[in-house]
Amino acid sequence: MKRKLSLLLSLLMIFTMFTACSKQGAGTETSNSDVIKIGVFEPLTGENGGGGLQELDGIKYANKMYPEVLGKKIELVIVDNKSDKGEATTAVTRLIEKDKVVAIIGSYGSGVSIAAGDIIKNAKIPAMGASCTNPMVTQGNEYYFRACFLDPFQGRVMANYALQQGAKTAAVIMQNGDDYSVGLGNFFIDAFKELTNDPNCIVDVSEFQVNDTDFNAILTNIKAKNPDVIFAPSSATTAPLIIKQARALGIKSLIMGGDTWENPSVIEVAGADAEGIVLSTFFDENDPATEEAKKFVEGYKKELAGKEPIIPAVAALGYDAYLLVRDAIERAGSTNGEAIKDALKATKDFEGVTGIINFTEEGDADKNIAVIKTVKGGQFVYIDTVEVK
Amino acid sequence: MTFEIFMQQLANGISIGSLYALIAIGYTMVYGILRLINFAHGDIFMMASYFMVFSMVNFGLPWYVSMVIVIIATILLGVLVEKTAYKPLRNAPRMSIMISAIGVSFLLENLATYLFTGVPKGFPDIAILTQAISFGNISFSVATLVTPIITLILLYVVQFITNKTKIGMAMRASSIDFETARLMGININRVISTTFVIGSGLAAVGAILWGSKYPSVMPLMGVMPGLKCFIAAVLGGIGNTTGAVLGGFILGMAEIMLVTFLPSLTGYRDAIAFIILIVVLLVKPTGLLGEKVTDKV
Repeated sequence: MKRKLSLLLSLLMIFTMFTACSKQGAGTETSNSDVIKIGVFEPLTGENGGGGLQELDGIKYANKMYPEVLGKKIELVIVDNKSDKGEATTAVTRLIEKDKVVAIIGSYGSGVSIAAGDIIKNAKIPAMGASCTNPMVTQGNEYYFRACFLDPFQGRVMANYALQQGAKTAAVIMQNGDDYSVGLGNFFIDAFKELTNDPNCIVDVSEFQVNDTDFNAILTNIKAKNPDVIFAPSSATTAPLIIKQARALGIKSLIMGGDTWENPSVIEVAGADAEGIVLSTFFDENDPATEEAKKFVEGYKKELAGKEPIIPAVAALGYDAYLLVRDAIERAGSTNGEAIKDALKATKDFEGVTGIINFTEEGDADKNIAVIKTVKGGQFVYIDTVEVK
Repeated sequence: MTFEIFMQQLANGISIGSLYALIAIGYTMVYGILRLINFAHGDIFMMASYFMVFSMVNFGLPWYVSMVIVIIATILLGVLVEKTAYKPLRNAPRMSIMISAIGVSFLLENLATYLFTGVPKGFPDIAILTQAISFGNISFSVATLVTPIITLILLYVVQFITNKTKIGMAMRASSIDFETARLMGININRVISTTFVIGSGLAAVGAILWGSKYPSVMPLMGVMPGLKCFIAAVLGGIGNTTGAVLGGFILGMAEIMLVTFLPSLTGYRDAIAFIILIVVLLVKPTGLLGEKVTDKV
């Protein structure tokens, strides 16, 4: 009996191991020269699991719409970086060494992308970030490109919006050790100081750690300083906890976040307390910028089939990232890393879902438009499209 | 710092401290009897939160029915873990059973990720626990007020069971000397199962109160509370239930007070817990209320 039970348990363990693997490396066995492999490197578990899945869905949809390049089938090799910088390097190494992918798409979350940057650079495999907004992702790395705007821009947009709402003081909450959160928080601080011309306008800066759930102490300190706005760039897992606890403590300030907040789980978890939060994002389905966007909105709405109330911006970016890579392979006419990189660099006026895309010297999409949204009646609602010259 | 803010932080500290205390009791009881640090305890706590989500959100049961179901389901899970992963190793070296506990912890985390995905789920709103009360500028939820009371009541119940009942006497005997207790005719398996019943039950109550305060349920949510509560149990003297509660309160209070008085160090909040652990292990390894045990080699 004892034996059987322990055998059963170990079988169960092995089973879960395999299911996890088979899910990640779907169909890697069919490796032959008829397919071109593109690696997808996203957090599917951990604190950014929710956002990573949304982005992955966009990439998968793009693959479904445009399954071929150079007359060969494109195969996506998906690995989970578990929202963890250590896992990120392992995941990327696996894509490059074991799966021999020709290009990589990802990742949601700047920290993991930065961690994987050096490996990508040394292997000379071009990578296309979809929604990683920290400047350091592409800095000094000619093989890393990205399809989205950057945090200095996003921080400025949010500071600008806060000012327009008549805010004179702000408190910032950020996640210690998370490049995205700390980066965006500091860009907001710089921009807000510059715009208000008041060095004392930031009344409180607090940090918390990954997987923290209790923000009461931080928020009590903030409440005492009574800021007009609270800016809390953080993951979609953490955001609702901050929002809920702030309202429970009786904080009435405007609460703002970054692009990660546009995730239905924020509204689901925070419930009525999510009403009135403000965030910036990359894309709005009601205002398609290009022909490709119109097609995408229509098709992807059907694909989602009510699974999510709105098209997440990161899905649109994932779609664009895939298209950009595919387009570069097409133009390069080969699967050589160097050639694809050069083709990506030469991208000109590419018509993506999130706008017309050109790359700057650093490999960043040259974008100057952000969408600001709020939550109203349990839905993300469009407020404004901001253009910063 | 005004008096009001201090009182608010005090309430925050008591609230988080009593949650730590509740979960730490489970750690300390299992350790007391099996000399095993049950690393899966935090993950059993996590599963309890998922049970609550399923019974209230997916099956639409009222909270008081769900609560009973969740406690029973968690207890069953705890006993199942004990029967399958720990019991076959009863006579194995202590290290093997510890490794088995770590294995169960990973199994539960990955199983939860596989079944429920890594996307956080909202913990169902129990209106009676989540409504806010405010005194002047101090405001907190009913859960904040109720948690310490429930913790103290449950501590009393646990004390009563261990000190006043027959099974409690058997538990105390087993914790002093496992082998001799067995020779005296104590059904050791029953004693151990009872310990897991109590420990898992407390984890379930902890999960419900935790979820009412921090309503985000995900597969790795048990890791940090698990570690913190382990520290609380060590701080109070592992094996001692009163010590676990005391340790939980001290740990919660220390964390909150760090943020209150040294706001620039808020990022080091988790570090303080581990610093406490190291200091306790260096200065007083038996913890605040722990008895000195001479290890039989």
